[in-house]
Amino acid sequence: MTNWTQAQAPGNPPKSNAITDVACPFCGLVCDDLELARDEKGLHVTKNGCEKAVAGFERNVDGAKPQIEGRDVDLATAIQAATALIRKSSLPLYGGLGTDVNGIRSVMALADKSGGVVDHALSEGQYRNFRVLQTTGWIMTTLTETRNRADVIIVVGTDIQKLHPRFFERIVNVEASLLSETPAKRTVIFIGKGLDQSAVKGPRIGEIVTLPCDLDRVGEIVGALSAEIRGTPSSADSVAGVPAADIRALVERLKSAAYPVFVWAPPGLNFPNADLVVSAVSDLVKELNVKWRAAGLALGGNEGAISAGAVSSWQSGYPLRVSFASGKPDYDFLRYAIPRMIANGEGDLLVWLASFTPDLGPPATKIPTIVLGTPGIKLASPPAVFIPVGTPGADHGGRIIRVDNVVSLPLRDLGRSKLPKASDIFGAIELAL
Amino acid sequence: MLIKFTGGTVYDPLNGVNGEVRDIYAQDGRIVATPPPGARVDAEYALNGRVVMAGAIDPHSHIGGGKVTIGRMLLPEDHQGHEVSRTELMRSGCGHAVPSTMTTGYRYAEMGYTAAFEPAMLPANARQAHLEMGDTPMIDKGAFVMLGNDDFFLRALAGKKDFSFIKDYIAWTMHAAQALAVKIVNPGGISAFKFNQRKMDLDEKHVFYGLTPRDIILTLARGMKELGVPHPIHIHGCNLGVPGSMDSTLATIRGAEGLPLHLTHIQFHSYGTEGDMKFSSGAPQIAELLNQTPNVSIDIGQIMFGQTCTASGDSMRQYGNTKSSNPKKWVVMDIECDNGCGVVPMKYRDKSYVNALQWAIGLELFLLVNDPWRIFLTTDHPNGAPFYYYPHLIRLLMDRTFRNEMLEKLHPGAQAATILKTLNREYSLYEIAIMTRAGPAKSLGLRDRGHLGAGAVADITVYEDNAQDREAMFKTPLFVFKNGEQIVKNGKVVKVVAGATHVVRPDYDKGIEKTLREYFDRYHTVKLDNFRLSDQEIVDSNCGHTGGECGCVIVQPSGPRIS
Repeated sequence: MTNWTQAQAPGNPPKSNAITDVACPFCGLVCDDLELARDEKGLHVTKNGCEKAVAGFERNVDGAKPQIEGRDVDLATAIQAATALIRKSSLPLYGGLGTDVNGIRSVMALADKSGGVVDHALSEGQYRNFRVLQTTGWIMTTLTETRNRADVIIVVGTDIQKLHPRFFERIVNVEASLLSETPAKRTVIFIGKGLDQSAVKGPRIGEIVTLPCDLDRVGEIVGALSAEIRGTPSSADSVAGVPAADIRALVERLKSAAYPVFVWAPPGLNFPNADLVVSAVSDLVKELNVKWRAAGLALGGNEGAISAGAVSSWQSGYPLRVSFASGKPDYDFLRYAIPRMIANGEGDLLVWLASFTPDLGPPATKIPTIVLGTPGIKLASPPAVFIPVGTPGADHGGRIIRVDNVVSLPLRDLGRSKLPKASDIFGAIELAL
Repeated sequence: MLIKFTGGTVYDPLNGVNGEVRDIYAQDGRIVATPPPGARVDAEYALNGRVVMAGAIDPHSHIGGGKVTIGRMLLPEDHQGHEVSRTELMRSGCGHAVPSTMTTGYRYAEMGYTAAFEPAMLPANARQAHLEMGDTPMIDKGAFVMLGNDDFFLRALAGKKDFSFIKDYIAWTMHAAQALAVKIVNPGGISAFKFNQRKMDLDEKHVFYGLTPRDIILTLARGMKELGVPHPIHIHGCNLGVPGSMDSTLATIRGAEGLPLHLTHIQFHSYGTEGDMKFSSGAPQIAELLNQTPNVSIDIGQIMFGQTCTASGDSMRQYGNTKSSNPKKWVVMDIECDNGCGVVPMKYRDKSYVNALQWAIGLELFLLVNDPWRIFLTTDHPNGAPFYYYPHLIRLLMDRTFRNEMLEKLHPGAQAATILKTLNREYSLYEIAIMTRAGPAKSLGLRDRGHLGAGAVADITVYEDNAQDREAMFKTPLFVFKNGEQIVKNGKVVKVVAGATHVVRPDYDKGIEKTLREYFDRYHTVKLDNFRLSDQEIVDSNCGHTGGECGCVIVQPSGPRIS
């Protein structure tokens, strides 16, 4: 088959051996303006790379071999062993799911056929959003819309810099706006203390305001903002340590803004019942929209989590945490959370896929484990079967859905290695079952 | 492989065949007039007394793209109890208001449909729309790309750019997004909502660009004509769901200036403000004008009672419709300085005056518009109802007694407010074949689909004739053939196939890419070359073939470009 992603570098004629307009799959933003070069030592990010991109593209993945119980075997033998384990299993758990659209398609097909459970390694964070979506819904925006039209950016309780090192550079401190030849400076507001503000700088950044509450109390601030907007303000002098006057001042800013955008990253809201913060922000945005315009922008979605949630939804109806054991999709986001199932001894085989970063290792478990992983993946002990697989966008082509759940991008084959695609391995297993 | 279909009663309006007993031959996936001399018939189907039509074509069904999947994510409780088991042949899934992709494909085929077209593909979301359609087996697909709320278009129009530049942009977008046609949703209104405008009438100006919906519609209508795109501009007009929307609909039809227009889900735009409830039917006036306006075609967007989920690009009007959301959860989005969307669950109730009258308005339009070549059978899946209500809708159109029995169960006020009971028309099988096959194929420019003449693709549906119950007849076809292969027997899938994706590629001056590239670099978060979809991406999704027997990407011919 022709490889459509085999890259003729598009765009302007490349300088020397530069590969331009490369999409980076190592966080949910999927920046696609990277420039890379390739020499005998491997890939080098030469332009627009953040630390995640450099770590992801420049890793050496050579020399990894398929293994059974820690012993090197050839690929066919490893696939045979994996097939035998899946055939024998009465409830395989398909976890990790760090992959692209074709990868997750192959997981869904295999889980359907083998009667397994599907869940992404970062579902816990994603479900802070999904629960709100499935309960009340929301008003959201996307990256380009925010980049051009937001005049106030409100960061809600999350350290964006850590998850998405180029967010402020690409979306907030941008030179141009579709609305004006001379776009005004933007106000950036942080709700929560200790959030990294180091990248919030440059010509488009105006005032930076911080409401310094503890991160697990941002929901109280958001609730107080909503109450002010509804016209039922709290009579307290302060909320979560923030003076009521500061909250009122922020409300005035929001009312006079043209398009305030509330940004959060669900994996960053790492405390119990954090979905209630997402719910409170969504309610606040809805309150504002009664008279004015405002929108939410949820970030996160690293390790292919957005693609996994979307493909699972369009193929099964449900955003992950689905069991196919009965032959039809059975959905329960508490019951079919793989971490809970493993902790409770449910399931008799773990099939783990992590093709982007080596940090996404499988959880420790006594049940046999098959790992399709990027070479160097963190493993507590040698799994029953290990098959090194390529990274979509470096070792082979693919497609991935971006964090705003609207845009998807082609991932190019940069020829880093000849590692196989996870989708081909799972496809072979499915056929053999 | 030569197949003979012997003795069926054939309804093939594109070839003027109205219920004649005929033999049909299909060789290697296509219909042939007569078999080559001496050729051996490999398979024969005796179809005496049975009804034979081309495979049905749905010209407006939301089957792929982000907003449909938001609808799927939003309503897990609606899927529960409607899960579908895996079989030897078929993948598992779910299917009620917003069925999963595979289940959608199977159900369409089991209902005798061999093609369905996604009418609202956002350029920014085109890749995902094609991915989802790629996971929809059995049927041919294609999509209408949404223009007219995107900044580039509005800026070019407001800046009085040369019309050939705008046409280049339209054509470039059709290529890049792999589209069959172009749609405009709430012209300018999706963009205006981002600037906090809450309504847009036909001659109301966008606060930022200074354009009116009329300007936008006429530009795109002329663009389609001059680019030689077969399907006219597909218009989701102003004021969706608003009492009084009939006025802007009538004004849009009158303002067409002779250009071809297609007004989609017109039922949702045919409301008056008469009566105690300030909600009345505008169907008689709209149908009367349509009957005098041969350049305008419509589809209905019929509603049916029960739970569904509306999913539209129209963020402005869908935000307004959240008041009626049931259950009370919904999503509205502003998207990429390109478009928007609104996903709002709805439960249409026969005991609600408004819902009952919406039902009646749709049927009034069906029965009052005379020319079946200009009216297509849709529920605007899933907005009016899921697509699998079509057999029921066909019975409502073909069986006056049944229709009146249904009417009598509705809200009494709605019964009094509709002229439906006075309408005696019953559609014939020939007219149904026009509305569900020949008409859509002709309008979309699918030259070898929707008919049974020599050269057509052998997409064929065979029904047991059942004059007593047309719903049962259309629900369970005896056979469905796709490309000459039997895929359904007695209403059940017997073979899973991949469908093709149809596109149209009008000419454009490649010079526009220089301007677009700079625009993307400066304002967007995606590079131009990553925005564009290759054929191979669609091939990968559909079937893995690079063309040939299942024809993964089919480029339908466009007419000559004028200037």
